Amino acid sequence: MTTTDINTTAVPRWWQSRVARRFFGHRLALLGLVMITLLTLACIFGPYLLPYDSLHIDLRGRFSPPMSGQHYLGTDPLGRDIAARLLTAGRISLLVGFFAMVLATILGTLIGVIAGYGGRVVNAVLMRFVDGFLSFPTIFMLLALAVALKPSPVMITIIIALTGWMEVARIVEAEVRSLKEREFVLAGRMLGLGKMHMMFREILPNCMGPIIVAATLTVARAILLEAYVSFLGFGIQPPLPSWGNMLNGAQQYLGSAPWLAIIPGIAITLAVTSFNFIGDGLRDALDVRNDSF
Amino acid sequence: MVAGGHPASAPDVALSVRDLTVSLPVGMERLNAIEGVSFNLNRGQILCVIGESGSGKSMTASTIMGLLPRGMETSAGSITLEGREIVGMEAEELRSLRGRVVSMIFQDPLSALNPLMTVGAQIEEAMAAHGEGTAQSRRTRTVELLTEVGLPDPAMMYHQYPFRLSGGQRQRVMIAMALSLEPTILIADEPTTALDVTTQAQILTLIRDIQRRKGMSVMFITHDFGVVAEIADSVVVMEKGHVVERGEAAKVLKAPDHPYTKRLIAAVPHLRAEDRPREATASAAAEPLLKVRNLVKTYRSGSRLFRTERVVPAVQDVSFEVRPGHTLGVVGESGSGKSSLGRLLNRLMDVDSGKILFDGRDIAPLPESEFRSMRPKIQMIFQDPFASLNPRMTVGQILTVGPKAHGMSGSKAREEAMELLNLVGLDVRAFDRYPHEFSGGQRQRVGVARALMFKPQLLIADEAVSALDVSIQAQILELLDRIQRETGVAMIFITHDLRVASQICDEIAVMHKGRIVEFGRPSQIFFNPEADYTRQLVAAIPGERFDDKTTVPTQADTGT
Repeated sequence: MTTTDINTTAVPRWWQSRVARRFFGHRLALLGLVMITLLTLACIFGPYLLPYDSLHIDLRGRFSPPMSGQHYLGTDPLGRDIAARLLTAGRISLLVGFFAMVLATILGTLIGVIAGYGGRVVNAVLMRFVDGFLSFPTIFMLLALAVALKPSPVMITIIIALTGWMEVARIVEAEVRSLKEREFVLAGRMLGLGKMHMMFREILPNCMGPIIVAATLTVARAILLEAYVSFLGFGIQPPLPSWGNMLNGAQQYLGSAPWLAIIPGIAITLAVTSFNFIGDGLRDALDVRNDSF
Repeated sequence: MVAGGHPASAPDVALSVRDLTVSLPVGMERLNAIEGVSFNLNRGQILCVIGESGSGKSMTASTIMGLLPRGMETSAGSITLEGREIVGMEAEELRSLRGRVVSMIFQDPLSALNPLMTVGAQIEEAMAAHGEGTAQSRRTRTVELLTEVGLPDPAMMYHQYPFRLSGGQRQRVMIAMALSLEPTILIADEPTTALDVTTQAQILTLIRDIQRRKGMSVMFITHDFGVVAEIADSVVVMEKGHVVERGEAAKVLKAPDHPYTKRLIAAVPHLRAEDRPREATASAAAEPLLKVRNLVKTYRSGSRLFRTERVVPAVQDVSFEVRPGHTLGVVGESGSGKSSLGRLLNRLMDVDSGKILFDGRDIAPLPESEFRSMRPKIQMIFQDPFASLNPRMTVGQILTVGPKAHGMSGSKAREEAMELLNLVGLDVRAFDRYPHEFSGGQRQRVGVARALMFKPQLLIADEAVSALDVSIQAQILELLDRIQRETGVAMIFITHDLRVASQICDEIAVMHKGRIVEFGRPSQIFFNPEADYTRQLVAAIPGERFDDKTTVPTQADTGT
């Protein structure tokens, strides 16, 4: 018996893989990715490049419309530079969205994996708990919690995460339950691997596709939720800017200075749709069911 | 490619394929799925197209049916169906030919039948789609068809849903559906591969009977030379998209020309008249490693409270012994409880009652935490080489994860894994690769290596070669045989294929409905069976006639 020859052709790099090819073939997803990258870079470096600080008050230059002088996007009722505020607010909004997603995904994955791999009782208890959380109207719960707790950015992040993990948990639970029946899981048990090892090292890596998709969509949802709560005045508190409380401040001047509302509105729309596009693209790319070359 | 002797328009040719080439989308493993394929299907004959997976045999059928997957197209050649050229024909015109002139039955009848429609409705639908008859006449015809394919109580069957039927019955429904428009050509794509051996024999008989009665022409796709020997008039052998040999069935089977055909035929397992040679007499006298006593397992589903409980006895009162260095074959059809038995022995399922004495210790009642330390001694090889390896782990990780969990150091585990890769005939470079980079046979070698990492005393192989091509099957059997000789491991070899069992087993237990109905040496079981059920099983083995039951020496004999 000689050595069987194994396929010696070059191993394809990840960007040549089917998933990557399909993702990059998805125009909207690619557009979303580009926009998010630009938006993030602008929020990180933008404020250093602008002539005004986001908190610099100039009462003589109140309500300047966009493209007046050095104020590229105009000024607000206190004469602060909107471009600077928008990018600083973007930092807060994107950070809140991102970390809320991370927390929600970790929590959801944890509960989903345990519920999926556990026995009937564990599954029933955890999944009814998920159902319980799902049956609360999210916005009211969010507002109630925001009123009760001190609305710092960290607290807002935690609150948003607490209302957003259930979807991930459900997706992961379903995925784990179907993977549990596969022979490689039996093989792991045959090797005498522990439960923790089975759940998190054998099964979990196989659910990464759906988790990544859910996570992307959760970011979009978290950014939107932060904007809601801040707009209603229970979220990020001024003078710290966020896209939501910029909208809030713009309400009274809708007629006279519409750009106050339009500019943060566009930022929210761009961020949310971009994340949704990326999520859709990932879903199509990772879904083996609609397999067309 | 030789174009064959007959002109394409000869009246006795029902289907003629000439220099057919179907291209694959760019970036696939080869340029064309099939290349320059030519053959004739004569009227009133059965033509078998045989080849291993990836040989392009199913692709040929799909091309004839006009059912190519997206991204593939016929790039050259011609297909003449009953004198009409169909390459380049309008989709609508082709659709009217499908079903009426040429019809197809598939490998998996469950996925080919609509689960939400009754059997009768599905057969009628095919007729209605082609505007055949009235509602009343279609209904009568459907019941006739169900009778014709030998289904019990056709009037009742008409109202059944597919999930209520057995695999064989579903395949009969598929055949009825294919026959509903009285096609002159029937294409059967591995119609018996998913079936048990006794059911397979019945379906083969049915197809041959119908073919004779109606004078149909049948193109039968298979990977099993046993099936070819049963039904074929002529044979086309395909390898990697090319036709390598064609001719009369008797001639190809008896005196194959092409080396590939010879290899394939040599790899077909046969019942062996003599028992496995036992050089080590000492091991025969040794104390049994495993003693199973009155093992019982019953599946319960539904709820006792709501009186919907279903009780399925999977393993009933099973007892046997296995000695070190010996192989016990467990054979039976699907649902016989043989796989459940394997999982019980490995404690992947809990035992209801009975004893499993492993090395003198009863492991049946042990809780998982206590049994865990014994797991390394009992290892298993799984059926599906695609599902049994974690796709997200490298081969190295797959091999070393178990020993590491039991406290072996990383470097030691790596060293052992390298050694085992060598032993199972894989390059050590395989260590850092992912399972998807390997073929089915290579993956199964990884599965064998994984089971050997612990140097187990008992190896349970659950249909370990069933999903593989015959030539690969022979290699894996030889590998298992060699490993047993070298390590003296005891083996329980679970299979539905009696031919395979006779290659590798010292003793065989025949299981039927959860019970062992016969137990003995292979020579006795296969050539002098006592139980009726064993006799049926042996009689159903396809193609044992063509070589007079004399054994061609296979790898298992010549292996060292």
